[in-house]
Amino acid sequence: MNKKALEIGKIVPRMDAYGKVTGQEKYAADYYGENLVWAGVKRAGIPHGRIKSIHIDEARALPGVISVLTHKDVQGSNRQGVFRKDQPVLAGDKVRHCGDAVALVLAEDKGVLNRALNLITLDLEAFPGIFDPEKALEEGAPLVHEDNPQGNILLKGDLEKGDVNIAFNECDAIVEACFEVPHQEHVYLETEAGLAFFKEDGKLELVVSTQAPFRDRSEVAEALGIDPERIRITAPYCGGAFGGKDGVTVQTLLGLAALYCPDRPVKMWWNREESFMASPKRHPARLYYRLGSKSDGTLHALDVRSYYDTGPYDHLGGAVMALGLEHSGGPYRIPNVSLKAWCVYTNNPIGGAFRGFGVPQVTAAMEQMMDLLAAKLGLSPLNIRLRNALTKGNTNPIGITQLGSTALVECLGTLKEHLLWKNSQDWKSSSGPFKKRGVGLACVMHGMGYGPVVPDSAIAKIELTKEGKFRVFSGVVDMGQGNASTYLQIAGYILNQDAEHIELVLPDTERVLPSGSASASRTTYTFGNALIGAAQTLKHRILQRGADIIMNGEMEAMVLIPGHIKHLPTDKEIPLSDMAQKLDDSERVAIHHFTASVSKETPTEDPNLRLHGIPHFIFSYGVHLAYVEVDELTGEVEVKRYLAVSDCGRIMNPQVFEQQIHGGIAQGLGYALCEEFIAKEGRIITPDLATYIIPTALDMPDMDSISVESYEPTGPFGLKGAGEIAIDGPLPAIANAIADACGVRLFRSPFTPERVLKALNEKRNRGVGY
Amino acid sequence: MKINFVLNGKEIELVAPPDRRVIDLLREDLGMTGTKESCGAGECGICTVLIDGAAKLSCLMFAAQLEGRNVITLEGLTSEEGLHPIQEAFIQFGAVQCGFCTPGMILSALDLLKHNPNPSRKEIREGLSGNLCRCTGYQKIIDAVEAAACKMKKEPLL
Repeated sequence: MNKKALEIGKIVPRMDAYGKVTGQEKYAADYYGENLVWAGVKRAGIPHGRIKSIHIDEARALPGVISVLTHKDVQGSNRQGVFRKDQPVLAGDKVRHCGDAVALVLAEDKGVLNRALNLITLDLEAFPGIFDPEKALEEGAPLVHEDNPQGNILLKGDLEKGDVNIAFNECDAIVEACFEVPHQEHVYLETEAGLAFFKEDGKLELVVSTQAPFRDRSEVAEALGIDPERIRITAPYCGGAFGGKDGVTVQTLLGLAALYCPDRPVKMWWNREESFMASPKRHPARLYYRLGSKSDGTLHALDVRSYYDTGPYDHLGGAVMALGLEHSGGPYRIPNVSLKAWCVYTNNPIGGAFRGFGVPQVTAAMEQMMDLLAAKLGLSPLNIRLRNALTKGNTNPIGITQLGSTALVECLGTLKEHLLWKNSQDWKSSSGPFKKRGVGLACVMHGMGYGPVVPDSAIAKIELTKEGKFRVFSGVVDMGQGNASTYLQIAGYILNQDAEHIELVLPDTERVLPSGSASASRTTYTFGNALIGAAQTLKHRILQRGADIIMNGEMEAMVLIPGHIKHLPTDKEIPLSDMAQKLDDSERVAIHHFTASVSKETPTEDPNLRLHGIPHFIFSYGVHLAYVEVDELTGEVEVKRYLAVSDCGRIMNPQVFEQQIHGGIAQGLGYALCEEFIAKEGRIITPDLATYIIPTALDMPDMDSISVESYEPTGPFGLKGAGEIAIDGPLPAIANAIADACGVRLFRSPFTPERVLKALNEKRNRGVGY
Repeated sequence: MKINFVLNGKEIELVAPPDRRVIDLLREDLGMTGTKESCGAGECGICTVLIDGAAKLSCLMFAAQLEGRNVITLEGLTSEEGLHPIQEAFIQFGAVQCGFCTPGMILSALDLLKHNPNPSRKEIREGLSGNLCRCTGYQKIIDAVEAAACKMKKEPLL
């Protein structure tokens, strides 16, 4: 049989797909256990208040209830969080949003659990809440954390370049607007889930749906007062995460439950409503923009003030704000900027990591500003972007020199030659009655990795097993994006092996090495670079030892082929399983550590901003084009076609790349048109999938994705991150297309039929557009 | 109560409370975790199974309703000859990302192709519009179902 070694740059069907289409793959939610205990959480129900007492006696007395726990039962710090540990595992003194966990119940089955949760009553003294990030900064606003020296400010950022005050006076055209974007919920289909149990050796084991098992281990240890060495966390494939599982969800609660029920496995699986209530969302933001240019459209000055509502807890909110701040000016040359941002505590649902991480918010604003400016100057939206687009060696709006591959101009050129662009006027003019058609553009730019302070590193491990297969120990979770399969592809390519001779170990704090979170468009870049090193080391060692065994000193005459090594001059082959027997155990394993390069420039001396990720060094780029049709009678907006042209470096697997682009577009389209997680005075009024609407198969247009295939010298095989960038474009591209179609611009998203119709009516009544 | 039904070709007899949800019966009592749950309220389509060949939501069905029925879950689609053409197409066309919607999606596609062996892309979108997916944007799922329809016309199965 001809076994084909895996290649780079070709479509390789995902190696996790078989287990998933047959139902064999086990997600965290699929783990049960003998004599299982169910754990569940009593939540606050009000957005802000003091806990006077928690009445648990009735629940505790219910037959089938094993235990009811409160903050008093937590032995450790009872705090969790990535940058700032400001979230209690179980709230003790006060509650800060409706989803705060107050009590934990362990029960024999789900029915008893639900009855017990209903029997717990909370005696709460309600406090006035704060629900708007700007109002939260006012004197006398209710404080979410009384012990925070900065009041309701979690993090504030300020980046200046040139002098905007002088620069605006030098501008020929200035546009100004304020944009509002809402909470967006991740809606991963596998809600938060896990199983906890103690092994005979006294170790606490957690199988959880997570993006960061090693960080989880430290958080669980600290919050519960356990030695991290006594905790093992394994991370199966996630049923989606998108940032929402980057940080503790069930981990600390499950660990606590297990401590009080050490002889039985404990399962926790949040239902959809609980997931919506307790999980972090994309930060809502209010963005004040002022942009000025010369008469030919050359950008000259940008002033931005943005307010991010992080809810009551950090949950990466500071880092989200910092990335948004850094990307506020988009992928353009702008000599004078003043960028300010505040990440603010409120009593709304928690704001946290969500694919895009602050960048969708600012791109929504900046790319609409570009169209507003183009309209004011009578320039085409494409030409104004071409005129200002960053090229290699330019400095970006915050002053960072673009030293990595920078192919935005190539993206714009590709779009310009594409039939969808060339035919757009014909398409627009052929709409039916009561329909208006428009097209819109948006440029996107997305930084990769953790930034200058937190080391963006990975440690890859690969082993030649005794059976003669290569086992890749994946340090980074696969939450659905296919990085695990890409790791196998990388190893297969370097070691010249087919899929049958490569196997995978999913993240597990006992078996793999710490390699950071599955986030920040870094999973393939960082771990891929580490894995290349490990695979090359092992390859070299095996070929060297093979040459010794064949008793021909020339390693160069030896090659790896699927399942064997081969001596080329004699065609002699040695099965890898034989090679494995001849190697010492220590020789069969190779490890390689990789840390991503960071920018040497210092756009800010603020150590807190640097800690939170400013500046980034490598960026992906792209341009998006949306075709929309607006129904003048109903206000409904339909996206008819969509094109994304991306510069994410060289593509290892075009199918997996396209999956990321398609998925990002779909979530971005939902963000633009229908997704709005609403909390009124902190109380959720979109608690389920009937009220929080995500796109279905009927809502998505046919999408075209083109990669311009630049080459990033620091990337594995020339690759840059592609996981997030596609979600940055749809909102502004669609907004610009709506404006193009019917001359109205909505400064608040999503662009629901009601809002569009209202804007159309206002325009009709006043006889004016925006 | 005692309930008799056929699950993936095998006769099953078990005792369960009549109001036990079918999703719990499958996952917890029978250990068949190929069927997933995501909303528990009939909004997402994730828990789809085939009951007498028709796509139904197992989170909204009670155990008593299984009496005398023929139930197929994702695990029952793979035969001795290998994968079903829809499963194969999902792999080949990149229709799987996180995979949590995949079981319901494949079974809904099977129901669709039974009634309409030659669907247009629009008809596939309509047929799958009750099954949410958060990863793919649906396009590769539509590609896969279209390709599977083509293949199944040539070699009718099920």
